[in-house]
Amino acid sequence: MKTGFKIVGMAMVLAGVSYVLYHLTLGHTLGVLAPQGRVAKEELTLIIISTVLMLTVVLPVVGMTLGFAWKYRASNTSSIYRPNWSNNTALEIIWWVIPILIICILGAITWASSHDLDPYRTLESNNTPITIQVVALNWKWLFIYPQEGIATVNYADIPIDTPITFQITADAPMNSFWIPQLAGQIYAMPGMQTQLNILADTIGEYHGASANFSGEGFSDMKFLVHAVSKSDYDTWVSVMQLSNNSLSSQKYFTELFPNSVMTTRAYSSIAPNLYTTIMSKYMLPQNTKQSIDGIHMQ
Amino acid sequence: MNLFGNLTLAAFPHDPLIVAATVLMVAVIISVAAILTYTKRWIWLWNNWLTSVDHKRIGIMYLVFAGIMLLRGFIDALMMRAQLAVAVGANPGFLPPDHYDQIFTAHGVIMIFFVAMPLMFGLINIATPLMIGARDVAFPFINNVSLWLSVVGALLLNVSLSIGEFARTGWLAYPPLSEMAYSPGVGVDYYIWAIQIAGIGTLLSGINFIVTIIKMRAPGMTLMRMPVFVWTTLCSMILVVISFPILTVTLALLFLDRFYGMHFFTPEFGGNPMMYINLIWAWGHPEVYILVLPAFGIFSEVVPVFARKKLFGYTTMIWATIAITFFSFIVWVHHFFTMGAGANVNAFFGIATMIIAIPTGVKIFNWLFTMYRGRISFTSPMLWTIGFMCTFTFGGMTGVLMAIPAADFQLHNSLFLIAHFHNTIIGGVIFGYFAGIAYWWPKMFGYRLNEKYGVYAFWCWIIGFFVAFVPLYIVGLMGMTRRLNHYEVSTGWHPFLLVSACGALIILAGIVFQVVQIVVSMRQRHHTRDTTGDPWDGRTLEWSTSSPPPLYNFAQIPTVHGRHAFWDMKYGPTFDEVSESHPPKYQDIHIPKNTPIGVFIAAFAFIFGFAIVWHIMWLVPIALVGIVGSVLARSYNHETEYVLSAEEVEQIESRRHNTI
Repeated sequence: MKTGFKIVGMAMVLAGVSYVLYHLTLGHTLGVLAPQGRVAKEELTLIIISTVLMLTVVLPVVGMTLGFAWKYRASNTSSIYRPNWSNNTALEIIWWVIPILIICILGAITWASSHDLDPYRTLESNNTPITIQVVALNWKWLFIYPQEGIATVNYADIPIDTPITFQITADAPMNSFWIPQLAGQIYAMPGMQTQLNILADTIGEYHGASANFSGEGFSDMKFLVHAVSKSDYDTWVSVMQLSNNSLSSQKYFTELFPNSVMTTRAYSSIAPNLYTTIMSKYMLPQNTKQSIDGIHMQ
Repeated sequence: MNLFGNLTLAAFPHDPLIVAATVLMVAVIISVAAILTYTKRWIWLWNNWLTSVDHKRIGIMYLVFAGIMLLRGFIDALMMRAQLAVAVGANPGFLPPDHYDQIFTAHGVIMIFFVAMPLMFGLINIATPLMIGARDVAFPFINNVSLWLSVVGALLLNVSLSIGEFARTGWLAYPPLSEMAYSPGVGVDYYIWAIQIAGIGTLLSGINFIVTIIKMRAPGMTLMRMPVFVWTTLCSMILVVISFPILTVTLALLFLDRFYGMHFFTPEFGGNPMMYINLIWAWGHPEVYILVLPAFGIFSEVVPVFARKKLFGYTTMIWATIAITFFSFIVWVHHFFTMGAGANVNAFFGIATMIIAIPTGVKIFNWLFTMYRGRISFTSPMLWTIGFMCTFTFGGMTGVLMAIPAADFQLHNSLFLIAHFHNTIIGGVIFGYFAGIAYWWPKMFGYRLNEKYGVYAFWCWIIGFFVAFVPLYIVGLMGMTRRLNHYEVSTGWHPFLLVSACGALIILAGIVFQVVQIVVSMRQRHHTRDTTGDPWDGRTLEWSTSSPPPLYNFAQIPTVHGRHAFWDMKYGPTFDEVSESHPPKYQDIHIPKNTPIGVFIAAFAFIFGFAIVWHIMWLVPIALVGIVGSVLARSYNHETEYVLSAEEVEQIESRRHNTI
């Protein structure tokens, strides 16, 4: 009877908490918990599977802790008392083996997922991949579309169902490029290039941010990713190209490079090799042309 | 050459909040000084405490120091939680980024270097020599130097609040942000020298305790008869000695970059910021285990005493500790899977990290089965231990989750990470040291801590912890990154951050109860005095001597016949008639003399740190000469000990026996 009340009570509390949580999060982006791209979906699955696997040990341990503490309380003299019992090889083997088994399973999952979800791995698809170069600046994000010859600041349009390869660097302190609903983050470092491959499944607007602290304006270093249909994307690119606002190296250094927080900007054309120039300005000897692959950090 | 280097009036505070903090700090210092003057305690304080080389007093001073810094670090925490509770939408909050960024940096540095570390060294100082039946540590004078170097490091950090600024880089000061190009102020220099000076002290302590444990154990105490706390201390100190030099070198290179314009960690001219990140974590990860291993040791002492039962699986405990010590050195890359290393490298370090969960899990099971079929009394040390087992397990779980590189890409640098490491550091390290303080308090002072307020404090801390950090796990999953100063309403984070702020207030109540607990316990000490020296019916040697122990700890060095040295003396068969001869034969005891040299060295280290931060270059060599001169003066002093005669020992001992 008493236990019944307890279970009902606990269920009610749980239901109440879930209801409150549901309402609190209603209408808000759930980030990692609401993935809209292939990579982020697999990463969420990985998080859930691993958590459930570990809970199979963690919950019994916490239960046993509370249970033992209660059952063997000093005032309960009816419980068995074995003050000198301090060794049991069989038991000890059991609790070496349980964590070892779990870690073996998790280790296998880790090995496989590290390779499957390697951010450098290009994603398979029937659509032609698009490369976007990303530069983290104080405190804004520059997106360069090398094939299309356009650039944006603090937002990026991408077509859905198309693999996107972000090549990422920084012309600022280290940042981290993160779009929670599309894929996990990777660092953006000056003088170096990292890569992140994503594929958006659904049309929508996804929040991106820097996840690594980079100074005073860091909190405003946000961007939006518009995932649109392939045809909308093509229209967007041609409209962008028609506008008349080019990004020269000069403009880059006077307008974008200095410390500032800004809203969005769009450029119809870009100085040739701007991205390579930004990256190689940290290299010595200066002006040496290096292929981007050589700069890769692997 | 400018007399004051780069120091100008502009360095003094203008912001009302900082002026208020400065006034408060100065007021506290003046009132403490006034009380000391009024009660005529200056000489007493200097002779009996500040210059003391007695490990028990040094331990207590470490704890006082940690307590004061906990208040400072916790005020920083409250300010951050308050800022995030209000800075939503158009409201910028009350802390502009330049101030807020200093606060979160200071919070991290203070809590790790000046709260957790001194708590650990305080308890190690108090308990380790007593547990191994030693009269002091191997190098009592160096022990005093270590304490004052740590204090001076913290002092430098606190001075930065009022004179100049502290680093705005986050607690590990990653370059290039911490390089001159992005942090031209003195903040990072304060950071470097506060940690360097304290770090030297820590390294000296590490050597001191390794030698103490290896060389000064009582006869009969073989390695496999050492109490688990001594084992975990030994492993932790080995980690200190291996890892702290890495920290020292890393920060020295960063200093060279900043001071001489070198390029170890700049992105330009062949420097490599990633090298810094690797090096700092090659120290930083072992540091986590430096802190948590002694806490594990405390739990291993507390559970058998309060479950009135032998520790289950002693040998396993020791090997698990050694395994953790070893593995803690090959996992550092898990702090930056997102740097873009290949899948093989990430997977290797991820799996190595998970392996640590195995010995840790085994330890938990051993504590569990020590409780099993015991007779558990819920004193506050035991409550902290049970609280630890129910909290830390979740922190361990989220830690293993983040050891999976592909999962970490989504969790890294988010508030999920913040929630995770507070889960392990509060639930593991802090609960462990609070258990240790409650457990050894009677040994330190001869009376127990008040239980009622201790229990209140425990419940506030554990409930406050969950209320404060569970919401952070959630907003982390919602995509909130760490170190944000303000955010949009549309993110939906606001309600969670409000709840989290409430949690911080509950923890505040816990801290208030702890202060009340100490005050009440001190006032009631005449009623709660423990004359036996063994209030908990303990098992290890520290309980065999009086509380507080005499200057020499043990009138006769005990002989050890098993793992439960004192338990055997009390309840076992009599092993050795000679060692417990009656009436006891006392001998002359050599006692190290107190010395002010440690304070002098630290004072010169402070002057050195302050001078180099502000580029007051004429003062730097003077301070260095002062340090070297103090060391030399000590080296040429051959009268560092005095003899306590057998008669005096006998008097002290018979006085004790009369009170029992």
